[in-house]
Amino acid sequence: MDLSQLFPHLYLGFSVALSLHNLMYCFIGVVLGTAIGVLPGIGPLATIAMLLPITFNLPAIPALIMLSGIYYGCQYGGSTTAILVKLPGESASVVTCIDGHEMAKAGRAGPALAIAAIGSFFAGTVGTILIAQLGPPIAELALEFGAAEYFSLMVMGLIAASILAYGSMSKSLAMVLLGLIIGIVGTDVNSGMARFSFGIAELTDGISFSVIAMGLFGVAEIVKNLEGSGGKRDLLFQKLKHLYPTKEDLKLSWKPIVRGTALGAFFGALPGAGPTIAAFSTYAMEKKLTKRPELFGKGAIEGVAGPEAANNAAAMGAFIPTLTLGIPGSGTMALMLGALTIQGIAPGPQVMTQRPDLFWGLIASMYIGNTMLVILNLPLVGLWVKLLTVPYRLLFPAIMVFMTIGVYSLNNSSVDLYMMILFGALGYLFLKLQCEPAPLILAVVLGPLMEENLRRALLISRGDPTVFVTRPISLGFLIVTVVFLVVMLLPAVTAKRKEALAGDAS
Amino acid sequence: MSKVANNTDFWAGVMFIIFGAAAVYMSRDYPMGTAMRMGPGYFPHYLGILMILFGLGIGGRGLLKGSDAIGPWAFKPLIVLSLGVLSFAFLIDRIGFVPSLVALIVITSLSGQEKVRWLELLIFAVVLVAGAVGLFIYAIGLPYQLFWWY
Repeated sequence: MDLSQLFPHLYLGFSVALSLHNLMYCFIGVVLGTAIGVLPGIGPLATIAMLLPITFNLPAIPALIMLSGIYYGCQYGGSTTAILVKLPGESASVVTCIDGHEMAKAGRAGPALAIAAIGSFFAGTVGTILIAQLGPPIAELALEFGAAEYFSLMVMGLIAASILAYGSMSKSLAMVLLGLIIGIVGTDVNSGMARFSFGIAELTDGISFSVIAMGLFGVAEIVKNLEGSGGKRDLLFQKLKHLYPTKEDLKLSWKPIVRGTALGAFFGALPGAGPTIAAFSTYAMEKKLTKRPELFGKGAIEGVAGPEAANNAAAMGAFIPTLTLGIPGSGTMALMLGALTIQGIAPGPQVMTQRPDLFWGLIASMYIGNTMLVILNLPLVGLWVKLLTVPYRLLFPAIMVFMTIGVYSLNNSSVDLYMMILFGALGYLFLKLQCEPAPLILAVVLGPLMEENLRRALLISRGDPTVFVTRPISLGFLIVTVVFLVVMLLPAVTAKRKEALAGDAS
Repeated sequence: MSKVANNTDFWAGVMFIIFGAAAVYMSRDYPMGTAMRMGPGYFPHYLGILMILFGLGIGGRGLLKGSDAIGPWAFKPLIVLSLGVLSFAFLIDRIGFVPSLVALIVITSLSGQEKVRWLELLIFAVVLVAGAVGLFIYAIGLPYQLFWWY
């Protein structure tokens, strides 16, 4: 590790991020992200998709800074809801529900929230340093990548994403294929031929991923929520008396926080894995390591500290492949990358050298965003809880207004709105048929890149498909992919996976 | 209802087969090329075939092993929400940002299962429109006419 380079880099980053303007955008992002993340049933993907339009008209740096503020804001908001109301805002905070809500019921909501904040902050700090340290060498390595390496890497990412997604693996893989096909819509770069455009002029530019995301995650989610009769929420309205954890709490928590951070960072950096799987594995690990396993599920603070740290570390780690390779590791990261392309920046290893202000500014602002979260959230917990009392009948029209204006403002075109409705209906169909849409959105973004690299690799090798296994790095990615698949098909793991991803905390 | 009609996996399989077949069918017009010089039809053709295979597998599994029930559909919210967005798309060029937003808010609010509270909806619509005009027109600066005359 080259520490001598770290400080000038971080200095550059902080000088960008600490400008009043960027601080403001970071702040707005964190507040908005938390506010929407707190709402149950709206995960990071939907939140980012919804708030994306606000950033379209900003310059690249503030736009990305605000988006990442939104990203960890909603991660943290999800935990708050999980602890107080036992309604996880997103799948990664399902585990936090288990012990966090038990603590809240015992009148210890304050310490639970505080330890979640402390754990997230620690994980965020480590995550920032990790990105700053690992980013440059990985990007340097990636500059050596040819078409074959990129193709194999994307195969690995997509397979990993479908393995670790909720629900059936074969359905997720089929969703990846469908996403790749949707990604084809538009003009073929090699031949100039319009493909799958149905003769509609607007479709020759392809379908914007944000339109797809808002349809699949925004509209579909609202329809799903309107299925029932409103749904009553079991709110826990106790005064938060003791906000601060005791010495005993801290003593019990610091080791889980450190372990959770390590595990989380590892899962996060792996393309395709993410916060959910990190949080679940950490919980399982802490349950094995603790001296008092009988308390798990009944309000053990370790069961909040570990997964919350893991969750946040993974959220940070996910930036590593996204920023250094230009390969998003998750649906959420695919949205971030899409935002980058909208800003006219081609994602990939060259971003770091060509736009060091952007790269290091973003990293510095992640750290600042994390600090803001801690400062902001503990005193504002009361406000977030109030937000939960806003009835859904007012909430969803407001969300629809945001999304509709956002989509329309992309190209001032009603075709984008029709597409949003279409993908809303499609998304609802997916939900009903238990097909997880997150791998699909990842594939939509990767599709054109994948085809391009596949074509180029085979052109260079004169049509010889062995090029993917004769180049060592490419072979490495493919071996990892095969190992993933084989491991997941083992009966013992299949059972474990079902248990881990079942996500039933009740 | 028979079991098959409510079988999640079976219908998911059918859906994938339809999408896969559509991809294969539509890419028949695009030149295939060879593996070395791939035409625009190559990638979608094979993706479609792969997807049909997955669809057969998933649907077959559903038939053999059974799967979760699909549950009731919420067609009303889906249709009403879509109508709201469509009316916005139709109206914004014709009568401006504010009235089309009102249409969007009122129509989408009707899609819930609860009884509509008109007074609340009115106040809510005023607040929301004011907020949207402030944020999108003045702060972000989107170039839309507010009304048909302004």
